[in-house]
Amino acid sequence: MNSYSINNLRELEAESIHIIREVAAEFENPVMLYSIGKDSSVMVRLAEKAFYPGKVPFPLMHIDSKWKFKEMVEFRDKYAKEKGWDLIVHYNKEGFESGVGPYTHGSKVHTDIMKTQALLAGLDKYKFDAAYGGARRDEEKSRAKERIFSFRDRQHQWDPKNQRPELWNIYNAKVHKGESIRVFPLSNWTELDIWQYIRLEEIPIVPLYYAKERPIVEVDGHLILTDDERMPEELRKKAKMRKVRFRTLGCYPLTGAIDSEADTIEKIVEEMMTVTKSERTTRVIDFDQEGSMEQKKREGYF
Amino acid sequence: MDIREYLDQDQKKDLLRLLTAGSVDDGKSTLIGRLLFDSKKLYEDQLTALHRDSKRIGHAGEDIDYALLLDGLKAEREQGITIDVAYRYFSTAKRKFIVADTPGHEQYTRNMVTGASTANLAIILVDARQGVITQTKRHTFIVSLLGIKHVVLAVNKMDLVDFSEDVFNKICDDYRSFVTQLDIPDITFIPMSALKGDNVVDVSERTPWYHGKSMLEFLETVHVSSDRNFEELRYPVQFVVRPSLHYRGFTSSIASGVIRKEDEIMVLPSRKTSKVTTITTSDGEVDYAYPPQAVSITLEDEIDISRGDMIVHPNHLPKVDRHFEAMLVWMDEKPMNPDTRFFIKQTTNTTKAHLDTIRYKIDVNTLEKSEGDKFSLNEIGRVIITTNKPLFFDPYMKNKNTGSFVLIDPVTHKTCAVGMIIDRFTGKDLELTISGADKEKILKGESLIKRKERTKLYNQKSATIWITGLHGSGKNELAYLLERRLFDLGATTVLLDGKSTRSGISRELDFTPADRAEHLRRIAHISKLLNDQGIITICSFISPDDSIRKQVAEIIGKENFYMVHLNANLEYCRKNDEYGLYKKADTGELKYLPGVDMDFDIPTNADLNFTPENKEDSIKQLLDFLSNNKIYPAE
Repeated sequence: MNSYSINNLRELEAESIHIIREVAAEFENPVMLYSIGKDSSVMVRLAEKAFYPGKVPFPLMHIDSKWKFKEMVEFRDKYAKEKGWDLIVHYNKEGFESGVGPYTHGSKVHTDIMKTQALLAGLDKYKFDAAYGGARRDEEKSRAKERIFSFRDRQHQWDPKNQRPELWNIYNAKVHKGESIRVFPLSNWTELDIWQYIRLEEIPIVPLYYAKERPIVEVDGHLILTDDERMPEELRKKAKMRKVRFRTLGCYPLTGAIDSEADTIEKIVEEMMTVTKSERTTRVIDFDQEGSMEQKKREGYF
Repeated sequence: MDIREYLDQDQKKDLLRLLTAGSVDDGKSTLIGRLLFDSKKLYEDQLTALHRDSKRIGHAGEDIDYALLLDGLKAEREQGITIDVAYRYFSTAKRKFIVADTPGHEQYTRNMVTGASTANLAIILVDARQGVITQTKRHTFIVSLLGIKHVVLAVNKMDLVDFSEDVFNKICDDYRSFVTQLDIPDITFIPMSALKGDNVVDVSERTPWYHGKSMLEFLETVHVSSDRNFEELRYPVQFVVRPSLHYRGFTSSIASGVIRKEDEIMVLPSRKTSKVTTITTSDGEVDYAYPPQAVSITLEDEIDISRGDMIVHPNHLPKVDRHFEAMLVWMDEKPMNPDTRFFIKQTTNTTKAHLDTIRYKIDVNTLEKSEGDKFSLNEIGRVIITTNKPLFFDPYMKNKNTGSFVLIDPVTHKTCAVGMIIDRFTGKDLELTISGADKEKILKGESLIKRKERTKLYNQKSATIWITGLHGSGKNELAYLLERRLFDLGATTVLLDGKSTRSGISRELDFTPADRAEHLRRIAHISKLLNDQGIITICSFISPDDSIRKQVAEIIGKENFYMVHLNANLEYCRKNDEYGLYKKADTGELKYLPGVDMDFDIPTNADLNFTPENKEDSIKQLLDFLSNNKIYPAE
């Protein structure tokens, strides 16, 4: 090891910072999509580093489906204030007022209206020409082929057959009016890298990631938290306290917990490496059909 | 080991980015699948899905189809091929890996080029049953074009050739002899069966003759960190951070070299100088920084610096020029329009560019060069480019970060081509520079001019026209007439006959069978040398024995050797004996004259047979023969 060596985490970090700066330099109006999840938290930290000691030169935007875990929303509001983030919270007002939700409309309709449509409307409203997302290539098969700068047409659609070649660290940032780029600075990170980085940098994350006794109902094999009164009463009645944690966070009725004793990052990593289901199996929406994520991504979902 | 220790160690691992190239049939996906599988990175539910999918569309019979782990997009899975570049991640106790998995067919050259651009190492797969094939050569060429310094030739499916050492060695030899013309410093050969797991993770007992490492062990230990350039500082300014009036931070991902506090620096293009006051990395303030760190610096003086400028050490400047030569790969479905003014992006600079000249296009399969005035998808060639404003660059082989660029279509905004800068020299200067591959050729005494190039220049395929016949049969007349006619038509020839050679190069030799053999041996070598330089030689010699003619043909090379027999009877020859040799032989004054005191073997394998009577007709037949065999003219 010479004095000019770099470990894997710092190398990934440098690559991400490069990507984040490149977008800020080349686009007129970028936004960082903030999902409140652990990957988002890492991405925001990288953005802070990229422009240190300056401020992050673009806003964050959270697409609120209005069915997020309460603890997520609390966490979001607390840190946005503490860190002085320029945070936009956008939601589908029409959908919300007409009461769209997973219990009444099913997961597919809910996800489409409150997440995908809300995202597209939010991007259109502020005329963002680039949107950072915290997706990683190791999460899901169709992501493995997605570019770091992923081109979207005027309808925000992704065409997996028609992606721009992407070589070295040279990113093509040219778009016409109305077209945009989704940018994935964490493309080359794995789940373990994310945890390592959270540990190394002491990045705060939503407490739902840590195991704790929580009121849980089992729905079709998924462990669902009874987060509020909108959960049908017959389900809520069946809730039992169970020590669980969440590997991913989303809409509470669509996100399953896992039984766990892991209440520190070290234990989480240990658990991750011994037991194992890949992350997205705790997301109910992925089970609709084989290749469903690819379908959603074509339509504009992150 | 406790989990904290594990995490602390895991953090220290370095990262190896590798490329795999080969077709579906070579078992590439199977190899990666197995590396992922065996490095225990595969999660339980992905495995369950795998078992389910294998039954439906698997191609591997009884075994688990590891390839299914990799083929991401739905349509591609049904076709059983991976089309795009897919990135995979795995990690072992020693290292972390990012695998760029690229398809092997020629129509996916651009995908392979993409995957190769970020890789430190390439695994090229060959099927042991097929050995080094066109595809292998194509992959190797692309790998060398993109400057990958480490190549592993994975000779896969060894189980199907009974783990034969001979088969393996033959493939290695074939590959070595091909690869000498390319610039790849480090090549490793591994016999393997990805499907059965031989030499993938553990060294196999079925290849006891193989004493190297398994694939995984090799990947874990290969030394690649020295591939980074720590020599000349190239600090392309990416973004200027201005939190307050008093602070201006110039951020950059360091392309090469080391920057230290207090360093004297120069800013391009303004050429203003200053001193580094602070260096901030993601980890806080430091005394020095190096690639690939993404850092921010402040300077002592207030100089106007913006994105696209480059900070360097004043004694190590990059090339600053609007003109340069590059190898270009066309990446767009839409063929190139030579009038386009492209956007060019190189480091953090974007400007307009025009392709002035295509010096040549290169066939990825044969490495043959050809002319062309535009490119279509997957075509590669050497070009001269002019940009609107000067760029700061180095040759790609010395500095990947400052030697690479992309061209963007001004209308569609697609990335339509990518390039590797060769040097800033104009075409004229470049003829005088010698590349590494050229040096090797010179050492071996191989010409830098390819036979094809000479063929093109002279419009002829060099060859030896060997005219044999008795003394007095009229060989020389035929030879001299042929030379005249070929000259008039524009061919480049040299004529060799007894008169011109025996007075000089063979002057100490007599006409004894031994001396004659030596004489003709010399002639044959001269003729070969001339043929090697692209010249057609016309040789007129009695060359009486089959054995001598056979030896001559072997020296010259049978493919370049054409024999003409001028078949005259002895009576005719004696009449035509201008030097009176037959008379001298009859009296015994002269010995060893074929037809008198030694035999003349009538050749049975001559390409053309003439009688001496009708010279004009013979010449016509000869010219037709040369034309039909594309000797002259070649086209």
